[in-house]
Amino acid sequence: MHIFANPARFLQIARPLTGWCGWIGAVLVVAGLGAGLFLTPPDYLQGETVRIMYLHVPSAWLGMAGWGGIAVASIMELVWRHPLAGIAARAVALPGAVFTAICLATGSIWGRPTWGTWWEWDGRLTSMLVLLFVYIAYIALAEAEADRGGQGRIAAIFGIVGIVNLPIIHFSVLWWRTLHQGESIGLTGSTIAGSILWPLPVALLGFTLLFMAIVLMRMRTMLARQKVEARLRRMGADA
Amino acid sequence: MNQWYFVIAAYVLAGVATLALALASLVQMRKAERAAEALKRR
Repeated sequence: MHIFANPARFLQIARPLTGWCGWIGAVLVVAGLGAGLFLTPPDYLQGETVRIMYLHVPSAWLGMAGWGGIAVASIMELVWRHPLAGIAARAVALPGAVFTAICLATGSIWGRPTWGTWWEWDGRLTSMLVLLFVYIAYIALAEAEADRGGQGRIAAIFGIVGIVNLPIIHFSVLWWRTLHQGESIGLTGSTIAGSILWPLPVALLGFTLLFMAIVLMRMRTMLARQKVEARLRRMGADA
Repeated sequence: MNQWYFVIAAYVLAGVATLALALASLVQMRKAERAAEALKRR
């Protein structure tokens, strides 16, 4: 991981990787969602609304994995002072927040015909909403710290503390048995029929690659802006 | 209540949000990298 701490070396790898992740991700997303919409049968209980799962599950995964990424990058920023770690954490925040919002919105749209309600203060839904607020708070904090010329340590500490919410989201369906169904996919298997389940890993991988491409693009943007600022400062000092 | 309306709404919402995020990231990256390159040549 230390090899990538050098921005020039990182860019050498990130430039080709952005396109590969973006294009392969887009193709897999279209294939996974297309198969989910047109090739799988409706669920015997949920009917056609089960197709929302192919969007809802990947966005939930990315919302949670995104914060996991922020926490890991924050630890690296605080412990090893990696120049890219802070940039990586800030680059993940917006896409993480967007996918958390997509998860909440698609869950709500699915809930109306299935549960009869758009929203319920259920453990899973509430902890996911808290994750969205935590993302928004992190983005605001990181921006405010950068504006004041800070080194990103406060945002990094917040990034590590915020991980407390992830096990709460994961175990919420076991701790509080309310409206959200229990775990459908575990390490040992799934309660979802294979004929309905198979496009999900395709969509999941596609969205993950697309997310990676977006994060890489945002990191490259931040690095280019830093370069511009540094050069303008040097030019100002020389004048 | 036609279930397909809910499915379509979810796909349109998620598609628009994902596409907007990806396109905005791409445009911002190109703009920032072009500015950095232009400044390097000066």
